[in-house]
Amino acid sequence: MTLLLTCFAAAAATVIWYTNKKARTLRVGSLALMYWGASLMWLVDAAAEYIELRDAFFTPAAANMLNDTYLGLSVVALGLVIWLIAVLIRDPNGTVRQALLKKHG
Amino acid sequence: MACFIVPATEAIVTTVAAKCIRHHEKQSGSKAALPFSEKLGWLNKMLWGGSALLAFEHLWHGEISPFYPFLTAAADPAETSVMLHEMATSGVAMALLVTAVWGILTALVTRKQRQAQQNVLPMKQEVQDS
Repeated sequence: MTLLLTCFAAAAATVIWYTNKKARTLRVGSLALMYWGASLMWLVDAAAEYIELRDAFFTPAAANMLNDTYLGLSVVALGLVIWLIAVLIRDPNGTVRQALLKKHG
Repeated sequence: MACFIVPATEAIVTTVAAKCIRHHEKQSGSKAALPFSEKLGWLNKMLWGGSALLAFEHLWHGEISPFYPFLTAAADPAETSVMLHEMATSGVAMALLVTAVWGILTALVTRKQRQAQQNVLPMKQEVQDS
């Protein structure tokens, strides 16, 4: 579930980056790369788990699936927070700088 | 258990390499549209981002603790050997897969760049001839 949710987030971020010029200014590409990196790593994790569990891999317990869903959503949220902090620090549109100058000026 | 440490270590190496290459590119006055240091930056983002999110997953599952020795498996020698085995198998496979995907992406982009340059050159010659 974590792998699936991260994959969907990566695909969504990539589509937004590809279709939206403003998104490219806001470095959505970095967010997409971050999600793709995590997805690839979880793919290896899933493969290792499949080798160990075989058929049981596809029939997880409901409680495990729910926990994995929460984890996946939390991972997507954490990725967004990391990206947001990076955007605010880099401030590509100068919005934060302008706001600070206005306050002090 | 601690498989994310392997791609995180690779991320440290590639980040340092990207900084050195960027410095070299600046000194040599390279005017490439997409320099290699930028392409290496994609790998950095995939490795750092993936490692950070995986570290969060390990924290979620209680495999990382905020106190020494930080990795819960490191406290027990029997679990430590399992952890090291996982690092050597899953961790290395993760780092290799991410690097391989980046390699394919970089090769495709470089090929596209060459094709675009080849299309631009005859157009420039036509303009000069006329």
